[in-house]
Amino acid sequence: MNRIRLLKFAAWLRLALPVLFAALALGFAAPAHADQLSEDLSGLASTDATDVSLAIVKAANRGDARALPALHALDDGKLRFDALKHLLIKADGGSFKDALTGAAATAQGKVEEPASDNEVRRALSPALASLSLSAPSVEVRLKAAHELGRPSDEIVPILRKVLAKESDADVKIALALALAPADMVSTQAADRIRALEAIRAASDATFKTDVEHLLSKGEDGKFVEPDAKVRAAAVAAISAIETRQFLINSVGNTFYGLSLGSVLILCALGLAITFGLMGVINMAHGEMMMIGAYTAFVVQNFFVAHFAAHVDWYVAVAIPAAFVVSGAVGVLMERSVIRHLYGRPLETLLATWGISLLLIQTVRLIFGAQNVTVANPGWLSGGVEILPQVVLTYSRLAVIAFSVVVMLFVWFLMNKTRLGLEVRAVTQNRAMAAAMGISTRRVDMWTFGVGSGVAGLGGVALSQLGNVGPELGQGYIVDSFMVVVLGGVGKLAGTIAGGLGLGLVNKYLEPLAGAVLGKIFILGFIIIFIQRRPQGIFALKGRAAEVS
Amino acid sequence: MNAEPLVGLKALHTKRGWIAVGAAALVMCVIVPLLSLAVPVSSPLHMPDYLVALLGKFLCYGIVALAIDLIWGFTGILSLGHGVFFALGGYAMGMYLMLSIGAQGVYKSALPDFMVFLDWKQLPWFWRGFDNLSVALVAALAVPGLLAYAFGYFAFRSRIRGVYFSIITQALTYALMLLFFRNETGFGGNNGLTDFKSLYGYDLHQPSTKVALYVLSSLALLGTYLLCRYIVTSKAGRVLRAIRDAESRAMFVGFNPTNYKLFAWTLSAVLCGLAGALYVPQVGIINPGEMQPANSIEMGIWVAVGGRATLFGAILGAFLVNGMRSFFTAAMPNAWLYILGALFIAVTLFFPDGVAGALGRLKRKS
Repeated sequence: MNRIRLLKFAAWLRLALPVLFAALALGFAAPAHADQLSEDLSGLASTDATDVSLAIVKAANRGDARALPALHALDDGKLRFDALKHLLIKADGGSFKDALTGAAATAQGKVEEPASDNEVRRALSPALASLSLSAPSVEVRLKAAHELGRPSDEIVPILRKVLAKESDADVKIALALALAPADMVSTQAADRIRALEAIRAASDATFKTDVEHLLSKGEDGKFVEPDAKVRAAAVAAISAIETRQFLINSVGNTFYGLSLGSVLILCALGLAITFGLMGVINMAHGEMMMIGAYTAFVVQNFFVAHFAAHVDWYVAVAIPAAFVVSGAVGVLMERSVIRHLYGRPLETLLATWGISLLLIQTVRLIFGAQNVTVANPGWLSGGVEILPQVVLTYSRLAVIAFSVVVMLFVWFLMNKTRLGLEVRAVTQNRAMAAAMGISTRRVDMWTFGVGSGVAGLGGVALSQLGNVGPELGQGYIVDSFMVVVLGGVGKLAGTIAGGLGLGLVNKYLEPLAGAVLGKIFILGFIIIFIQRRPQGIFALKGRAAEVS
Repeated sequence: MNAEPLVGLKALHTKRGWIAVGAAALVMCVIVPLLSLAVPVSSPLHMPDYLVALLGKFLCYGIVALAIDLIWGFTGILSLGHGVFFALGGYAMGMYLMLSIGAQGVYKSALPDFMVFLDWKQLPWFWRGFDNLSVALVAALAVPGLLAYAFGYFAFRSRIRGVYFSIITQALTYALMLLFFRNETGFGGNNGLTDFKSLYGYDLHQPSTKVALYVLSSLALLGTYLLCRYIVTSKAGRVLRAIRDAESRAMFVGFNPTNYKLFAWTLSAVLCGLAGALYVPQVGIINPGEMQPANSIEMGIWVAVGGRATLFGAILGAFLVNGMRSFFTAAMPNAWLYILGALFIAVTLFFPDGVAGALGRLKRKS
């Protein structure tokens, strides 16, 4: 069966290719009359693969870019034809539009799908390439040139002719790059230099090993590439590729570092309040985040069940909900356990560890030990590609933005509200604050609640980046304490600097040392750093420094 | 250390105290082995093998609890990283046991199986010499000791104390856990070291070997207890307590707290290494899971439950908490974390002096 198909295809190639070349030799042929084009394409309205293939070749020969929508639709499996052999493109939602004009159309009678097998697809890709490459729009040509990959031998001559006629610089670079593999194996040194220059202009990393091979020495001790000029071009190409790679890596690492840093800041901000300001070691802090993440999960499920149409907006409800739920758990903790342990930090540490075990086990019993999935809302999925291979996902961008908002929120709360004023007063001098009529116990409760609530906000952010499980918080507790200790206790600015610094250093180290070793280096660094500067990056000055 | 010379056994204990220690030692070192080996299996008095192994494990935990009591109960330094020292001692012993498997492994190679799996051709340099039991034993004590000394030297010198010290010890155990999880580190990665066959020529699966290890652990616990008792009743022990209660004042009186803390800290780590080395041949496995921060915190709760700064309370706590764990994880697995969590909270809120303190109060009332 396959053999027969192959033979059939070979026969078709022999027939079709010369015609194809001839057509492309014409270059940007004047757009043919629409009727002729629709006549060419009429063959597409068939369930016979050979008819469809021939129609594709004819359309390619015509060189009219208006045939592209129909061919792309065929490629995507969205092309249909009705009883009158009208070609239609099926849009999302079941409506049709005319394949040539793009106007809305209604199907007459039975709607069928044109044949689409390997034969058709083999005819389709060069036709799409040649048509797109000679399309009047620069964007279409550029996209087509990028999608060429390593062209087969048949397409190379076509490309050379297209390249000779091309006027746009970017398309030229892309086309030259597509031709580079063929030129690289040419016996002419000039061809090889041209290929290397194309690679240098495009700085495409996929060619790096090929180019490096030219510079290596064979077993006889001679360079693989005999010509010194070609080798010089190869060196230039490699350095261009490396510069580009460095740029890509730097941008990527910075982005991931910022994103990790903002996650760390979100984790550590709450801790900066409870530990930094109140001096309470809350080992259940990670569990506050876990509760926030599970709140997002519950809100999501509630939306799926009751407001399925608005499910994309569950995050807007999950954020305040997580703040309230985690904050409430925090207030409960403070009232029941922690307030009895003020001034006994080591006992607080053990008791809150006990609380974290209780919370983990409770969540495990309610939601199960397995991870649950919190889906990104539609407007957070996807990303923007700023460089090849560097995609900034919307969810990570949103987490960065979110952490900025939370930072502003905490700053506002601490510096511009009555609660913040009271918190600062109680932290600086508890007895004096009490003498001024501040109910220090009430302030303690609210402060702890706010710190826990902010941790819950961090949990919502984490739920958008990865899995949510009962042990979610455990993985962040060591990091969060490191951020607070590194930043300096009692300073929000220190927390932010510490979080960002750790995130960036972590991501820059990862490619050099691997994820685990990078982390170990950082922990080692912090241990040494605390030796040199026990007060953190941002030291408290004056009397406040002596309180702790 | 300029501790006073030994002032006689009387200083360690009262007469009644010595009788209690002697009785406990008799039960642990003589009666339990007899019940296991000499009493026939059919007899209701026979001690089953699994119980001996379980007790042996608890004895090792008892040594850890003593080590933590020394540094936390008497010196006031809460370590959240003692699991590292325990695991390092265990790994040293595990390396010896691994090499003594010889060519009996799955791959019939002289190299440990996981190295064959990683396609390593020869032992890494840090495995050399571990085919010798005495080298392994020295390493089991020296490696934790050196690590603790280096870590403590820097930490105590910069006056890191209180919760800050606790947090960085937690970071230490976390970092080493990550390191040991890597296959490239050369300690079997995730799976750790296991499948041990024999110790010094004795088959580890024989009941007699198990009882022998158990007796060794009992003796080690007894020795550790007496050593700790000696230290805390000596002048150095009084300085340690002075540091715990008022470090600045101890400093002004003319003692250098750094040296005393460093001594207690390093000794504590060495004792943990000893416990680990005894633990591994009895349970038959050592893996990086032992370094989880959670494990180290639990070690602290043994001491808190038993009662801090009492030594025997620490041993009691280790037996109690681990006994409860063995019972509840089998009988009510879902309830165990609740019980453990509640234990943490109850001990800190309501029984700050633990079981030993409660016993003491009862005694005073009667």
